[in-house]
Amino acid sequence: MYLRNALRAATAMTLVATTAAHADTLTIATVNNGDMIRMQGYTDNFTEATGIDVEWVTLEENVLRQRVTTDITTKGGQFDIMTIGMYETPIWGANGWLVPLDGLSAEYDVDDILPAMRGGLSNDGTLYAAPFYGESSMVMYRTDLMEQAGMEMPDAPTWQFIREAAAAMTDRDNDINGICLRGKAGWGEGGAFITVTANSFGARWFDEDWKPQFDQPEWNDALTFFVDMMNESGPAGYATNGFNENLSLFQQGKCGMWIDATVAASFVTNPDDSTVADKVGFALAPNSEGVDKRSNWLWAWALAIPAGTEQADSAKQFIEWATSKDYIELVAENEGWANVPPGARTSLYENPNYQEVPFAQKTLESILSADPNNPTVKPVPYVGIQFAAIPEFAGIATQVSQEFSAVYAGQQTVEEALAKAQAFTSEEMEAAGY
Amino acid sequence: MARAVTTQRKTFNTALAWIVGLLIFFPILWTILTSFKTEAQAIASPPIFLNFDWTLENYAIVQERSDYMRFLWNSVIIAGGSTILGVIIAVPAAWAMAFVPSKRTKDILLWMLSTKMLPAVGVLYPIYLLFIRLGLLDSRAGLVVVLMLINLPIIVWMLYTYFREIPGEILEAARMDGATLKEEILYVLTPMAIPGIASTVLLNFILAWNEAFWTLNLTAVNAAPLTAFIASYSSPEGLFFAKLSAASTMAIAPILILGWFSQKQLVRGLTFGAVK
Repeated sequence: MYLRNALRAATAMTLVATTAAHADTLTIATVNNGDMIRMQGYTDNFTEATGIDVEWVTLEENVLRQRVTTDITTKGGQFDIMTIGMYETPIWGANGWLVPLDGLSAEYDVDDILPAMRGGLSNDGTLYAAPFYGESSMVMYRTDLMEQAGMEMPDAPTWQFIREAAAAMTDRDNDINGICLRGKAGWGEGGAFITVTANSFGARWFDEDWKPQFDQPEWNDALTFFVDMMNESGPAGYATNGFNENLSLFQQGKCGMWIDATVAASFVTNPDDSTVADKVGFALAPNSEGVDKRSNWLWAWALAIPAGTEQADSAKQFIEWATSKDYIELVAENEGWANVPPGARTSLYENPNYQEVPFAQKTLESILSADPNNPTVKPVPYVGIQFAAIPEFAGIATQVSQEFSAVYAGQQTVEEALAKAQAFTSEEMEAAGY
Repeated sequence: MARAVTTQRKTFNTALAWIVGLLIFFPILWTILTSFKTEAQAIASPPIFLNFDWTLENYAIVQERSDYMRFLWNSVIIAGGSTILGVIIAVPAAWAMAFVPSKRTKDILLWMLSTKMLPAVGVLYPIYLLFIRLGLLDSRAGLVVVLMLINLPIIVWMLYTYFREIPGEILEAARMDGATLKEEILYVLTPMAIPGIASTVLLNFILAWNEAFWTLNLTAVNAAPLTAFIASYSSPEGLFFAKLSAASTMAIAPILILGWFSQKQLVRGLTFGAVK
């Protein structure tokens, strides 16, 4: 009797299952970042204008990466639009996994996209993803603490100045750390930060023959400098701090300086969330004295169309709408200029309204000075600043960043970590046929 | 004197049980408390425990942004369907292993358990490709089958353990009275093993409810359960801990309530046969 009822219930439940998908509905995979969530709120405007419905699949960044990578490599066809970054776009474009974004309308004005963004989202001159918002990195600092320290932040500081200022601003008794930086393992977290720091000390990931360069003195200089500075003036446990942890510390007034994504500027100057909103200044990311390369990265969250979709035309329509000048106007009208998606279009930075936003100019300067084709002072065979746009990079850099995080946690020396990084990367690159 | 020692020990044991229970429950309590804070209060240092202005704003935002009921319904179907299907398959299997064992029964049991030792990601691509071929991607039916298969070894093991506690002579007596195999399992074995079956069902329902690898990787819109609902509030670039906590609280509330009401059966089933 029990078994029969259970069988009936199971059959009924299984029958309820459906797999139907609506033909006139776009399914978009995206990340849970503020600008993306805001866009979801305006989707009805697009639906009203075009009659095309939109379904959102919002996932955490790492889950999203795994999810869309699985789907695109197996041609699963689950998504009509994917939110991807500068790392994936050129690789996937070259593999033929993305629909080229050509034939965009004249009103869209594709030439208005910032050249650095357009370059980073293209392969062989073909645009494969449209930037929804872009970011570089810069220094955010407490103007009041800097003044108390009797120092003045230059527009373009050096690492040596940053270290000196951090030491002067540190006040352990009042729980103020001179500087907060990413130390968390992961190629997109601490791995990205130490890579751009190394760039600004003259280091590079690979030479022109794809030989790993961790055995070169520049890497040792960069890593040693970073560890020493953080031990002097950084927060305890910085080996596990990423973007969010540092944002939290800065917003609570526990950091004198924070060098991170330009998109953070709108968070730290928002009085609803930040206790230091009116005391924040901005400067370009630092370089080491004598090295003509700053430690700012370049990244964009962009919308791309997977080659497997049957709704490429509708998807292109959506991308044109979401990354258009009109969309920026729409957000500005409803939520103010400080909340528009930054870093994608030249016209935004020419707009007098946007120029009044305190961090706009430094954001633009940071983005414009980032060059993915020449990320270091020495020549490199790869494209990308905080990454090398090759499929093997994510796996290798994750492992390498774990070794570096172990140094930050005091578990091994700089020399040991670099030796391990060199051996591991050499092995992986050799196995990959480089 | 002996009585005083017993009372003391009892008090000590009770206190220890409460401390351990509270320690285990604390992360859930903290999540629930955080869901009623503002984002600024959620990250305040030192942390604020109870002295804050309670707000329902996060729940309102989550409710506005996401169709909670759709995710909830998917969770109920997927967790319920996979558990029931699993029990239907596992009862005869466990019966055979417990009462008609062969030379290979123990090997088979170990082999079944060994399938749990394989990291799920190792078979992601084969399963994904299979789902594409069968048209099962983003379907509840597909997830019911996958989660049933994943939990089947545990269900069989648990039922096997419970069945082993039931004297075989009772079943023999039923057979001598003319009971068929079906009647023996349905009317003699199952009623005697109800506590064990109930705890197996509950435990596997909870496991299926919380499963967050396959449910995230094989769904998009139609079949996404509450695990996908929570994942949509996690952000690497932005502090949305209060909203994430509200989403988490909404996701765990049904299972917490179910666990609360069925704790008697759960404990009884899990300790079934522990004391002989």
